Amino acid sequence: MREIAVVAFAQTRHSAVDEGLGEAELILPVLDEVRERSGLRKFGFTCSGSCDYLAGAPFSFVSALDALGAWPPISESHVEMDAAWALYEAWVRLQHGDVDSALIYGFGKSSQGDLREIMTLQLDPYYLSPLGLDQVSYAALQASASGADRAELDEVVRRSRAAGRDNPYALDLPDPSGDGYEVEPLRPYDVAPITDGAAAVVLAAGDLAREVCERPAWITGIAHRIDPHYLGMRDLARSASAAEAARAAGVGKGSLDVAELHVQFSHEERILRRALEIPDSTVVNPSGGPLAANPVMATGLIRIGEAAARIMDGAANRTLGHATSGPCLQHNLVTVMEA
Amino acid sequence: MGNRCAVIGVGQTHYTTKRRDVSIAGLVREAAVRALEDAGLTWKDIDAVVIGKAPDLFEGVMMPEAYLADALGAAGKPMMRVHTAGSVGGSTALVGASLIQGGVHDRVLVVAFEKQSESNATWALSTHLPFSASLVVGAGGYFAPHIREYMRRSGAPDHIGTLVAVKDRLNALKNPYAHLRIPQISREMVESTPMLWEPIRYLETCPSSDGACAMVLSSEKAVTGTPAWVLGTAMRSEPIFRAGRDTVNPQGGKDCAADVYRQAGIADPRRDIDVAEVYVPFSWYEPMWLENLGFAAEGEGWKLTESGATALDGDIPWNASGGVLSSNPIGASGLIRFAEAALQVRGMAGEHQVDGARRALGHAYGGGAQFFAMWMVGSDKP
Repeated sequence: MREIAVVAFAQTRHSAVDEGLGEAELILPVLDEVRERSGLRKFGFTCSGSCDYLAGAPFSFVSALDALGAWPPISESHVEMDAAWALYEAWVRLQHGDVDSALIYGFGKSSQGDLREIMTLQLDPYYLSPLGLDQVSYAALQASASGADRAELDEVVRRSRAAGRDNPYALDLPDPSGDGYEVEPLRPYDVAPITDGAAAVVLAAGDLAREVCERPAWITGIAHRIDPHYLGMRDLARSASAAEAARAAGVGKGSLDVAELHVQFSHEERILRRALEIPDSTVVNPSGGPLAANPVMATGLIRIGEAAARIMDGAANRTLGHATSGPCLQHNLVTVMEA
Repeated sequence: MGNRCAVIGVGQTHYTTKRRDVSIAGLVREAAVRALEDAGLTWKDIDAVVIGKAPDLFEGVMMPEAYLADALGAAGKPMMRVHTAGSVGGSTALVGASLIQGGVHDRVLVVAFEKQSESNATWALSTHLPFSASLVVGAGGYFAPHIREYMRRSGAPDHIGTLVAVKDRLNALKNPYAHLRIPQISREMVESTPMLWEPIRYLETCPSSDGACAMVLSSEKAVTGTPAWVLGTAMRSEPIFRAGRDTVNPQGGKDCAADVYRQAGIADPRRDIDVAEVYVPFSWYEPMWLENLGFAAEGEGWKLTESGATALDGDIPWNASGGVLSSNPIGASGLIRFAEAALQVRGMAGEHQVDGARRALGHAYGGGAQFFAMWMVGSDKP
């Protein structure tokens, strides 16, 4: 495989409330930032991830093209998935060998709707969606199956929120407290917060990566897998697709300094640590992770960006970025990066 | 362009107004099974699945790849969902081809669908972001002014659109999968139908169809059966609101065609291409795209249509399958163009086969005529 690296990453200072910015306004600053950091103005390929249901209108990615200034016309594609999959598509495109750089971005304003209800629409429309099984309810089913106890879940949230308070891009959320349940066994703080935000990444190949970045985060493995949709078809305590993606990406081939996991509910950290075989010595979600900022559709890309940033800033030598999609960790993408 | 890639299987459903007998999962599986049968393969031979469709708001299923993973045998495999507006069917084929060209996989299943009977496309397309109120309803309302501007610029006579509407429906009579099959189709019939969006009459627009299309794409070493070799692939996008953008003859379409022709060694598209499957959802888009894709000089496209050159027995048949005007499961319409191009160069297009077709163009566009996806396929290995 051709050598490809993350050479620049930028994200918005994520917000828990609608700050009145349109999608294009949200994206423009992070696009400018990665252009400045990489010194690149033009890219061989551009790919983005977003979800129309967050905007409540079709083609929410069309207005993003205006922010991009796609002129002259650019080679560009879009996934209606977390932008981590846009990064995967761009990595594949760079394998062709005829272009050397790619711009990837993702954005989401979940403050505009009821995310918990909206996510119900990703279920089988005939047999599951009409049951009204919302996102937190099916996550709670998995939380029960995971075997995680309350102290463990509280510790995941406490650690994530504390890290988030130290991260200027994440939300400032207090230590977890309170006894009520959102949906038993999940308390309100076990659920990732509603967040608006965007992120962008630049990928570059070989010599170009070395030229534009002092310490590129080389992608040594990237793979994704999907599980069956129906919750009854899966052992919810485990994530077979995450485990298989981790094997394909070669997670176990070396030590791991940092892992950024797409944990939208506190119990998912336990399932993912086990599936990805993350050693206890690895620092998990030093950014605070999605429990401290969850700009849906950019959250997975931010995991890859944060894991890459730890290599680019010299803090780590080998890191992992994980992204997920679908109900109860149905679809998982794993990226391994090295200095 | 990377490693060689070939189409080794094509599967389509019979396009129709309402497929009440199947769910969305049943619909996509039907197309996928036919593509696998055509390739002589089974589910276990597939490494990855790429699925495309138009906006999720159509059927109201958000990120349907999650739900459709089971029906498409994707469990345990990588699965991607592509969405690039109306060009999505074409982009889906290109993302699938990219996985082979990039050396990541040997066999990829690409599938696209729309089940319009479970959706309301015109409503879904008329919902806008806050502060960007639109005065148009649906795609016809959006594109009619572009057509009127084309007529003004080119001086094309009023009946050109009618000719395309008749020609594509005559072709559809030779395609068993086509939705609109109107044996008595004629200019008089088209001209007697109601005006929907001046100058687009009812029979000059595409139908609302249920349907799915699938292809099995393969690396060189994994080819089975009769391959259609991918000779070139390209995508282009441009902003919708850029001042000075020519929406009638978009730069993105010209650049995309130039890129794909360069890869495929096409110097003169009219001479070097044997058959083209081009996204023509409203009749007038045939002469407009004839110019945009370099088959005719600017202002001359309508003359090619009028001369009969684009008919099945013309020198450059366009939409031998009946095209989007005869079958329009929106998200699949682009993939059907790409698949029909492959069928032609495999010599497997049946009654609408263009004799001796060796090089074919597949084309799709979307958004405000701002997203383009194209490929060239050929019978000879590049």
